[in-house]
Amino acid sequence: MPRVKVPRKSTVVDMTAMCDVAFLLLTFFILATKQKPPEVLAVQTPSSISSKAAPDKSIMITMIADGRVFLSIGEDSVKAAVLRDLNATQGLNLSPTELARWRHQEFFGLPFNQVKSFLNMADPMPPSRMPGIPVKDSTNNELVGWMRSISNVFAGTDQSVLQQKLLVKGDNSVLYPLFKEVKRAFKANDIYKFRIVTNSENVPVGSELYNENIASSTQKK
Amino acid sequence: MAEMDTSSKDSGKKGTGVKKGKKLSTRVDLTPMVDLGFLLVTFFVFTTTMSESKAMNMNEPKDDPGKEIKVKNSGAMTILLGKENQVYYYYGQLDPEKLSEQFKSTNFKDIRELIVEKKKETPIDDLMYIIKSDKNSTFKNAIDILDEMSICAVPPGHYAEVEITPSEADMIHQTEIANGIN
Repeated sequence: MPRVKVPRKSTVVDMTAMCDVAFLLLTFFILATKQKPPEVLAVQTPSSISSKAAPDKSIMITMIADGRVFLSIGEDSVKAAVLRDLNATQGLNLSPTELARWRHQEFFGLPFNQVKSFLNMADPMPPSRMPGIPVKDSTNNELVGWMRSISNVFAGTDQSVLQQKLLVKGDNSVLYPLFKEVKRAFKANDIYKFRIVTNSENVPVGSELYNENIASSTQKK
Repeated sequence: MAEMDTSSKDSGKKGTGVKKGKKLSTRVDLTPMVDLGFLLVTFFVFTTTMSESKAMNMNEPKDDPGKEIKVKNSGAMTILLGKENQVYYYYGQLDPEKLSEQFKSTNFKDIRELIVEKKKETPIDDLMYIIKSDKNSTFKNAIDILDEMSICAVPPGHYAEVEITPSEADMIHQTEIANGIN
């Protein structure tokens, strides 16, 4: 009987297709990576073992190294409502066009009495040159006013909604009294829960929490 | 005349004299290129997810003058944060006569051990860590010590931030002078 001849095939595979896929993926990831917006306010946050991700659309209070305090609101509808409320409660006398211009600001870092003149400036100053919201003087802590308007906006809703959104971001070298004044502004508006933005850090091996985590995970099994 | 004879001796054998260049395959081995591509992909995949900022929960107590919690002296450890990442601590209540014995200084590296030690030797119901920050301490210190509490698995409600008293602030100041920290 004649033996069936199996044709010997080359083991060399055409790599072109694979190469295409690899570079397509590479391009995708490079482009899809959310580029960190160039930081207007440079902040080196402390680290903690917390593993909860910070929400995107937040109300953030930023304390930068030189002691200035800024506020930013991630959600446009909330921002508009807060600014409208501030205009009324703080007697800022802003016209609708000025209010609209104010809404385009990303960071709020001006004392209330400078807002109107700032909005009518031909060449608006960048946040890095703003003086910051006055908080250090406990008799004139304007962050209290800001927080009042924010809690007014959230008045009808569940308190936990605001708690989820309220973030404090501070530079490592910020002195404690500044943080205390920020907390005071919260407390003055009956806000007791908020969150702090930190870099994540692993639980140190061998620490109490580490051992507990291991114990609880073995129990589950 | 100026032509160079590159075909040398074997030109005669082929006969025609036209030199045929050997046809090389245009195929390149793409394997290393694929390797590099995937290496980069892997690198980007890993690095993008890592630098995400996290949020730490903070619960502030209500300022309620009528509802102050009494803490047992035996179970209390007061941790004070000072300048230059210095940490000071004492157990129980400060006794004016034994100040220098009671009031000790340490740093962020060693405080963990002290917290755990205290936790082990105290019944859980009595345990209370009181954290006080001096005006020269930083935001980082305040967060680090709270983080230290969670690392040491101190249950919530067994540590609290309290306003520093003038005598304690003075004590820190004097210790700082004595230790040459400024």
